Amino acid sequence: MGPGDYLAIAAGAVNTIAVSLLTIALGTPLGLGLALIRWRKFPILDGFVAALVSLLRATPSVTLVLLVYFALPTIGLEIPRFAAGVATLTLGTMAYNCEIWRATLLAFPADQFDAARAFGMPRALRFRLIILPQIVRVALPALVNEMTLIIKVSPAVAVIGVIETTRAAIRIGAATYRPIPPFLVALAIYVVVIGAFVAAQRMLERRRRAGAFA
Amino acid sequence: MIPRGIAVLWEQRDAMLSGLLTTIGITIVAAICAGLLGLVVFSLLISRIRAIEVTLVWLIDLMRCVPFMLFCYLIYYGLPSVGIVVGNLTAGITALTIYNAAYIAELLRGGYEGLPREGIEAGHAFGFHGWRLLARIILPPVLLSAIPMFGNQMIQIIKDSAFLVIIAVQELTFAANEIQATYYVPFASFVCAMLLYWLLCLGVETGVRAVLALAERRR
Repeated sequence: MGPGDYLAIAAGAVNTIAVSLLTIALGTPLGLGLALIRWRKFPILDGFVAALVSLLRATPSVTLVLLVYFALPTIGLEIPRFAAGVATLTLGTMAYNCEIWRATLLAFPADQFDAARAFGMPRALRFRLIILPQIVRVALPALVNEMTLIIKVSPAVAVIGVIETTRAAIRIGAATYRPIPPFLVALAIYVVVIGAFVAAQRMLERRRRAGAFA
Repeated sequence: MIPRGIAVLWEQRDAMLSGLLTTIGITIVAAICAGLLGLVVFSLLISRIRAIEVTLVWLIDLMRCVPFMLFCYLIYYGLPSVGIVVGNLTAGITALTIYNAAYIAELLRGGYEGLPREGIEAGHAFGFHGWRLLARIILPPVLLSAIPMFGNQMIQIIKDSAFLVIIAVQELTFAANEIQATYYVPFASFVCAMLLYWLLCLGVETGVRAVLALAERRR
C-alpha cells in the first residue's frame, strides 16, 4: 500500500462520515415526527405508520438501496448515487428512531403533561418546553446506539457505487492483489469513528449529570 | 408499468422462490452455528481464566465496531490468503456465523450477569463444577431469558444475509436484482423481496412468542 492508497481510503472515510451525519441529521427528527403521529393516535395515519415502520425495520439496507436507486428513475426521478444512499439509510434509521422516540413518549409521566395543561399552556409550547427537553435526555443513549448502527450499515451504499471506506479498501485490494492490509486500515477507521460516537455520548452524559447537581 | 412488473415476477416466481429458500437456509444454518459458537465463547468468558476473558472481551468489542459488509469481504478474501479455499456460500455463512457469535456471546453474558448469585453458589455447594455447573445450573435460566434477544439476532442475520449479494451468493436480494436487471422491473422485484423479508421477520417474531408461551406454560 502506497501513500496514495491511504489517501484514497481517507477520502472514502470522508464519504462514510458525510453519509452517516446526513442520515443522522435527517433520520432523527423524521423518527420523532413518526413517533408523534403514533403517540397522538391520528386515525388511519397511525396504522399506516405502524405498518411502514414494521416493514422498514425488516428490510435489509442493501435491498432498500437497490430499490431506491433503480426504481426512482422509472417514475422520472433521477437522483445522484450519494443522495440515493442517504435517502435509503434515512428511511431505515427513521423507522428505528420512531420506535425509540415512541417508547420514550409512552414512558413520559402524564402528571407533568396535565400540570402544563392546567396552566393553560398551548399544545406546541407544552411539547417544546415540557416534553422535548426530557425525552431527548432519556432517548439519547438509544439514539447514539442507533447512530453507531448507521455507520455499520453505511457500506450498503457501496452497492450502488458510492465510494466510501469499505469500497475504497476493496478497490485497493483488487489493484494490489493484497486485500488484507487495506481492510485492516478500513477497520481501524470504523473503530475510531464508532468509538468517537460512544465517547461523545459518555461525555455528554457526564456533563449533563454534573449540570444536574450544580 | 406496475402490472407488467407483477406479471414478470409471476413468470419468474421460481427464481424468486429459490432465492427466498436460500435466504431461509442461510439464516437457519448461520443461526444454529452462531448460537453454538456463541455458547462456546460465552462459557470461555465465564471460565474465570483472566487471559482468555480479557482477550475475548477485546475481540467482541472489536467485532461490534466492524460493519458486516467489511467483515464479509475480510472472510471472503482472507480465507484463501491463509490457504483455506471455500465457495461463496460457505464463506458467507462463515462470516455470518463468526460475526453473530460475538453478539450472541455478549447477550448471554448480559443474561448471566443478571442472574442471582445464590443459585450458582448453591450449585457449588451441591458439588456442581465445570461443565455440569454450566449445563445444569447456569444455562437453563440464561437461555430462557435470552429467547427474545435470540429472536432479534435472528432478524439481524436475515437482514445481514442480504449483504452476501456482494460476494454473489444467490439469495433473495440477488434473485430480485437479477430479475430487475434482465426485465427492468426494479420496483416490483425489490418491493416483492422487501415483502418477503418482512414475512420472514414477522415469522421469527411469531415463533419467539410461541416459544415464550410454551416456556410459560411448562414452568
